[in-house]
Amino acid sequence: MTAGTATPNRPETRPGHGSEPAGRDSFGHVLWAEWTKFRTVRGWVIGMVVAGLLTVLVGYLSAAGSQTGCGAGPCHFYVPVGPGGEAVTDSFYFVHRPLAGNGSITVRMTSLTGKLPSASGGRVQAGHGAQSSLHPGLEPWSKAGIIIKASTRQGSAYAAVLASGDNGVRMQYDYTGDIAGPPGRPSAASPRWLRLTRSGDTIAGYESADGTHWIRIGTATLAGLPATVQAGLFATSPAHSVTTSKGLAGSSATGGPTLATGVFDHLGLRGAWPAGGWRGDVIGGGGPSNPYPVQGGGYHQSGGAFTVTGSGDIAPDMDWGAGPGRSIQFALVGTFFGLIAVVVVGAMYITAEYRRGLIRTTLAASPRRGRILAAKAIVIAAAAFVAGLVAAIVAIPLATRISRDNGNYIYPVNALTEVRLVAGTAAVLAVAAVLAMAVGAALRRSAIAVTFVIVVIVLPYLIAVTNLLPLSGDQWLLRLAPVAGFSIQQAIPNYPQVSNVCSPAGGCYPLPPWAGFVVLCAWAAAALALAVVLLRRRDA
Amino acid sequence: MDTTIEVSGVHKRFGPTVALDGMTFTVQPGRVTGFVGPNGAGKSTTMRVILGLDAPDEGSALVGGRPYQSLRHPMRYIGSLLDASALQPSRSGRGHLLWLAHSQGLSARRVDEVIGQAGLEKAARRRAGGYSLGMRQRLGIAAAMLGDPPVIMLDEPFNGLDPEGIVWMRAFLAALAAQGRAVLVSSHLMSELEDTADHLVVVGRGKVIADISMAELIAAASGGRVLVRTSARPKALTVLEDAGATVTATSHDTLTVAGLSAERIVAVLTENAVPFSEVAAHRASLEQAYMDLTSDVVEYRAEPALPRDNTAEARR
Repeated sequence: MTAGTATPNRPETRPGHGSEPAGRDSFGHVLWAEWTKFRTVRGWVIGMVVAGLLTVLVGYLSAAGSQTGCGAGPCHFYVPVGPGGEAVTDSFYFVHRPLAGNGSITVRMTSLTGKLPSASGGRVQAGHGAQSSLHPGLEPWSKAGIIIKASTRQGSAYAAVLASGDNGVRMQYDYTGDIAGPPGRPSAASPRWLRLTRSGDTIAGYESADGTHWIRIGTATLAGLPATVQAGLFATSPAHSVTTSKGLAGSSATGGPTLATGVFDHLGLRGAWPAGGWRGDVIGGGGPSNPYPVQGGGYHQSGGAFTVTGSGDIAPDMDWGAGPGRSIQFALVGTFFGLIAVVVVGAMYITAEYRRGLIRTTLAASPRRGRILAAKAIVIAAAAFVAGLVAAIVAIPLATRISRDNGNYIYPVNALTEVRLVAGTAAVLAVAAVLAMAVGAALRRSAIAVTFVIVVIVLPYLIAVTNLLPLSGDQWLLRLAPVAGFSIQQAIPNYPQVSNVCSPAGGCYPLPPWAGFVVLCAWAAAALALAVVLLRRRDA
Repeated sequence: MDTTIEVSGVHKRFGPTVALDGMTFTVQPGRVTGFVGPNGAGKSTTMRVILGLDAPDEGSALVGGRPYQSLRHPMRYIGSLLDASALQPSRSGRGHLLWLAHSQGLSARRVDEVIGQAGLEKAARRRAGGYSLGMRQRLGIAAAMLGDPPVIMLDEPFNGLDPEGIVWMRAFLAALAAQGRAVLVSSHLMSELEDTADHLVVVGRGKVIADISMAELIAAASGGRVLVRTSARPKALTVLEDAGATVTATSHDTLTVAGLSAERIVAVLTENAVPFSEVAAHRASLEQAYMDLTSDVVEYRAEPALPRDNTAEARR
């Protein structure tokens, strides 16, 4: 460090604008510079690692802290799996005969009635099989009708046309399929005619008011349907559930089993129905999400009329945290804590430049200001994405394994869903980081920016999971706030044909996965656009 | 002319404060141009306008004949240092230079070259937060040199330097100018520029007061005065005044004499047997020249309460 070093090197060629390689994409250089900026501040890199570790750690602790025991030892659940690979509920009363090859079944339905647990003193009594505590009534998704099913095995393929408690006539198939038919409930005054026809793998469902004029509700293709199937009448009715209290500790519900009874006549069969007569069977009988024993059921036949009574449900199994079964998304509960770390790094990534006046050096080096924010967004998003990706890849197998060892049942999901959960976790962190960076660029101060982003992201989430608002309020928060992005982590979809309370505490979000993610992206895009406008307009 | 800085008619206002009021000047290659004026005269604002950081309300600033915003890799046209403390404290000096180099499409090899030029080899891998102000200035100079630009612009580069650093900086700037680069250096202290600048742009209240070479300024300020060193100051004063000169006592043994040539002074003193040890043509200090030059603009010297030069700092 002496005066002797004060001799700048002079290259042979004179520099200037003429010497610059033309047509070079300078955005690549801005991106390169921003990446170098990020990786040369150790605290930011550590912050991203911490985000990943928090995500894994909280998932691990959550799995390790939850034990389920059944008597002396872990539970052994049998949960039927539907043709789509999802866990299903498949319990009902089935009056059936084999049907060989193509054919059809037609019936007139004159009544759908049912029984619900009695309410006494304002509280619903959980019935324990005591029929006397039931009173007349139907669940919205109590159902009875005709069904063609691959076999009597739970989880086998089926298609049904049915009358429901409050949702009119429907055609349902393979647990997740649901097509609406005409509204209304059958009665002696307005009976319903139902028909199913099998042609190869295709089953068509029809409805008629008079047995003459038929409308087709829909068709279902049941791949690999065996030549001989079981077909006949069924009745089933899901458990009744009433939310009795709601507060910081969560919500509690009481309820009990219900029954549905359908009355049928004018039974018409076409095709080859081998002799042997009708046979009544209880299919299934509980599962992890069906804490109430199925009431059983039965049928009797007098003349041409059948009366079929059943309990249970034929539907996807979606029980938001109420039973011992868990969706794999619980392994990712730590994402929320990782998100907080990501948001802090994201905001600091630009506010640190404002704090030191370094932003002027940045803008002097790259005068096109929009490009700087674009480059920063790409860099911080990539860093957060990698942190989230690694965390999710580690957390899911780790937490699900521990949870299984602790006696929990993990709902199966298909590979595509698992990929969505992993990539979605990474993407949520990436987009949240961009949102935080953009807010930081607009507000220019670390403390204010971090506080703002935490309030916008964390507060709605806390309000929603702690049930501070009525459920409808929670649902709106989860639709509009950035936290809607977490719905991309929902492993088991919401099916409207299942009556269940969709609460965020149970991991259920009101928006479909991609729609929720788009809401988060919209927040980030709006913040980024605002930041670009402000950065361009303001003197640095 | 297209490798220099051209500022023409720039007006800039921050709320009620007029920062620049028709600032116009050009920086020539091959010499160090001092950009001097009191705090609040608009030096830093002018530099920010040149770098496209502040948008002028009126007028234009061109670098290499083009607006800064249109330069693809601006640091290859103009190297600048506005605030040596604008560093991420947890990033190393080398890391700082590295991202700047990458932003201009330059490699790490160039970074190591400028680290050597600035004499920062030992400190380069340490956290910049631990640098002394002098080291930060050297780091800033290294950053300005990254793109090997034909134009260099430094805001108060002598701030915080120790005497050794000041010597280094002067030699460095002189070498840059000798290589044919245009060098613009701001300062609020004339004395810092005395042995550095070849040319001066003197500003006050947001506009140029004088655009003049250093030699011209000193010659004009000296005004043919003569310095006399004598052990008999009262007697020398009397005889010289009797001979028709205007005499000012400048220290216990020196007088500044105007109105008589050096030869005539020697004759008068010898005639009256006044002892003297030195009679020399007076060379005005730059500070004096500056005061003389700006004495017409009394208004701004009489207003010490003007806003600070670094308006951005004031806004923070």
